[in-house]
Amino acid sequence: MDASRSEPNPTTTERRSGREVVITRTFDAPARVVFEAWTRPELLQRWWAPKSFGIWFISCEADVRTGGRYRFVFGHAASEQPMAFFGRYLEVTPPSRLVWTNEEAGENGPVTTVTFEERDGRTLVVMHDLYPTREALDAAIASGSTAGMDESFAQLDEMLGEPAAGR
Amino acid sequence: MVQYHPKHFDASFAALSDVTRRGVLEQILRGDASISALAEAFDMSLTGMKKHVGVLEKAGFVVTRKVGRVRTCRLGARRLEREAAWIAKYHQLWTARFEALDGIVEELQRKEKADGRKQK
Repeated sequence: MDASRSEPNPTTTERRSGREVVITRTFDAPARVVFEAWTRPELLQRWWAPKSFGIWFISCEADVRTGGRYRFVFGHAASEQPMAFFGRYLEVTPPSRLVWTNEEAGENGPVTTVTFEERDGRTLVVMHDLYPTREALDAAIASGSTAGMDESFAQLDEMLGEPAAGR
Repeated sequence: MVQYHPKHFDASFAALSDVTRRGVLEQILRGDASISALAEAFDMSLTGMKKHVGVLEKAGFVVTRKVGRVRTCRLGARRLEREAAWIAKYHQLWTARFEALDGIVEELQRKEKADGRKQK
């Protein structure tokens, strides 16, 4: 950790329009630099599996161009089975837009769109996970899985603490 | 302090581990439904559906209310809590990813600067 570094920029996360989850974050760098870190597999795998989440890359293949496929395989501290996430890049437009499918959950998986907007040398990243239907997002929540991360019921319940039934 | 409640986890897991109950929960997500309507939709006896709804109710996913002779099911508080927890977890994941990404972006910029100097 760099001691000279100030607080990280804030991340916002919200469910929107019933079938969409939107995440925003600003980076103190031009869009082409941020875009590069999202599209070069050797860079991507250095940040996509955060240590604090107890996950790590077993393999990271990404053919980052329109129509190209990706496949990420993670090891997970909470499970012996590796987890695979895969899909296809629908759009790769440097340095402003990335769109990919998430196919590990079949046709109920979301389509992820990431936009990179540069202003005064800083870049606003907006990520949309758009599910095919409201029911598909509800089902993802009910099953405890998230796009890019398979959460067990135990982990979610750990956060929930006391059961609602007791109130 | 957030604590882990194995009993609670078991109830949730048992409630959602059954394909019919997941279907019932999905149906209720679309709108309130009476037990008899659910029994009909899932081609099941009233007694069988009552049992399934009972398990969902115990886990807090569903609450039921009886008006006259009709028992209606709607979404329980637990379901909404789960959504908030899911969003929070997803938020944590991306916050952690972005902090690691800050480091990479910084490194790329330093490299760019150093390369720029070399070229001059």
